[in-house]
Amino acid sequence: MNKDKEEIILLAHGDGGLLTRELVNNIFLRHFDNPLLRPLADAAVLPAQTGRMAFTADAFVVDPVFFPGGDIGKLAVCGTVNDLAVSGARPRHITASFIIEEGFALAALEKIAASMAAACAEAGVTVVAGDTKVVPRGHVDKIFISTAGVGMIPDNLGLGCHRLRPGDAVLVNGSLGNHGLTILSARENLGLEGGLQSDCAPLNGIIRQLLDKCSGIKIMRDLTRGGLATAAKEIAEAGGIDIYLQEALLPVDAAARGGAEMLGLDPLYLANEGKFLAIVDPTEAALVVEILQRHPFGRDARVIGEVRAGKGNVYMETALGGTRIIDYLAGNPLPRIC
Amino acid sequence: MNVLNKLHDPALGRKMVGRVRELAARAAERLGRPVLLMEVCGTHTMAVSRTGLRGVLAGLLELRSGPGCPVCVTAARDIEYMIALARIPGVTVATFGDMVRVPGGQSSLERERARGAGVSIIYSPADAVELARQNPDREVVFLGVGFETTAPLAALSISHAAELGLGNFSVYSVHKSVPPVLRALLELGDVRVDGFLLPGHVSAVTGSRAFAFIGEEFGIPAVVAGFTPVDILDAIHMLLEQVLAQNARTYNAYRWVVRDEGNPEAQQVMEKYFYPGDAYWRGFGLIPGSGLFLSDTFARFDAGRKFALKVPAVADPAGCRCGDLLRGIITPADCAMFGRRCTPAGPVGPCMVSSEGACAAYYHYGATC
Repeated sequence: MNKDKEEIILLAHGDGGLLTRELVNNIFLRHFDNPLLRPLADAAVLPAQTGRMAFTADAFVVDPVFFPGGDIGKLAVCGTVNDLAVSGARPRHITASFIIEEGFALAALEKIAASMAAACAEAGVTVVAGDTKVVPRGHVDKIFISTAGVGMIPDNLGLGCHRLRPGDAVLVNGSLGNHGLTILSARENLGLEGGLQSDCAPLNGIIRQLLDKCSGIKIMRDLTRGGLATAAKEIAEAGGIDIYLQEALLPVDAAARGGAEMLGLDPLYLANEGKFLAIVDPTEAALVVEILQRHPFGRDARVIGEVRAGKGNVYMETALGGTRIIDYLAGNPLPRIC
Repeated sequence: MNVLNKLHDPALGRKMVGRVRELAARAAERLGRPVLLMEVCGTHTMAVSRTGLRGVLAGLLELRSGPGCPVCVTAARDIEYMIALARIPGVTVATFGDMVRVPGGQSSLERERARGAGVSIIYSPADAVELARQNPDREVVFLGVGFETTAPLAALSISHAAELGLGNFSVYSVHKSVPPVLRALLELGDVRVDGFLLPGHVSAVTGSRAFAFIGEEFGIPAVVAGFTPVDILDAIHMLLEQVLAQNARTYNAYRWVVRDEGNPEAQQVMEKYFYPGDAYWRGFGLIPGSGLFLSDTFARFDAGRKFALKVPAVADPAGCRCGDLLRGIITPADCAMFGRRCTPAGPVGPCMVSSEGACAAYYHYGATC
């Protein structure tokens, strides 16, 4: 396309006037349309619910905005939905606020909105409110999205670290590190090969199946920033137990392993956007694996370790028969991965 | 199964652990103490910790870290110079990520960046040239920290910048050479190791022959090692065989990557762009002929000459024992600050910062691993 004719976001698109209205109608309402959003009032009016509600907030600043396996829009929906899902909630509604840099291509914004709409449809949630701000060039980098999400928690469900017992099985639903490596490779133009792509996906479907059929799910955590290592450490500390992981059992696919090895990164600490860790009663571990493996987002699901009595440490039993500590990530951060 | 999978094969690894333990037990019995080997390379330090090998061999064999982490051996005065470069308006320093968190006297590149200085993290020296090309109004300085492995790449970046006619690109070279520091370590004689695990990547450039003096002059066995668990176990096995046979030769256990004579092309590039000079190392002070400085032909790409900054002399951080650690006198756990005042989140010395630093490895993976 001729650069001069390309339609771009102007400061006026964020001034609350005509252009703002046009933007909201032509892009956001067109893609997100639903009865709760349609009035475009100052607040969405939702029917009151009884029982417990989960409420989460998230912000997305990923660079690059488009990457293999997704984009900032899909990430925003999946990230919000997954926070609710691992809390045991059934995600219902989300909000989305856009902070856009002046000069951002309208076509790119449209593509982001479309992929958000597709992710919403897949996850069964609706966008019920939002906001748009445009800032001068250089004041943000391209586009940032801030979300909130609500979901209902079934009455009989009680997840929590207090339920953890020695012998509980630790599971993960597939290969680790793919999102973090994909973003790094795309941003730095590293050209990592082998079909590496983000695992960005809404997990509420697969988690719902688990919770419907298993009563022994004790806690779940999505494995975003800090990866599996950080999530395991947080759970161990909160529960006052130790977690032992088996290095030989960790699922890291060939693409992620190759990339991580080349860059000297540990997949255990790399971000995922479609992976969660579950700790379950050992008697149900086989059933959980079976249910997960039947779902497209859980083909490589497996037991990777167990809970033992302890004081909040995470250990890795290495392939050579050694044991090492897994601690919080410190230093060497990869900024702007989500 | 391809070669790489084979080298990560847990079954093969465990079998080799058994054989190494057996040999180590015999060697320890003969010596009347655990065998003491030094892994020179920071990547080996990390690999050994990550596989839990230290714990598996505990009591029979100790693996002590040496001066093989380039960020760690960079002298405090050079860190200070880099910080001073970053403070110059209009200058962007381009550096590998590890360097930004290393504490200088008062500040660090990370802190300078947060205050608005131009500090850019790159993955290859070529990225720094690209940065200079894209930002003609800024002076881009590549911080050349590394051994024989990264020096040729820095040289190629200068060659590339010259081809592009870039006047705004320079290199602050604190590149160093590994054989001289091992000679210095042996001459100091404050640690007596039974063998050296030699760095595989450095040897790929220098050749295993560059380390022949370790056996010939100092009577200590040495083996060039690769980086997978199987590679490392294989090299340890070869060292133990030598200890038991009272042999002292430099062998190459990484034959599919390292040649005796090294990589002549890389050596030629280094000779063209650098000259060996006396360089400061953390923990060692001045070591003759150990630094790789830009030759006069490329003076215009030498940030040291281009900016000619005067920075005040700075001492190593008070209480920091990185120097003793790099000389192999202590392990991280012997430092009173390790894990207490000095952690990866709040590092006092560079060995806790670098992804190849021994303190970072011991902290992340457990002090006994």
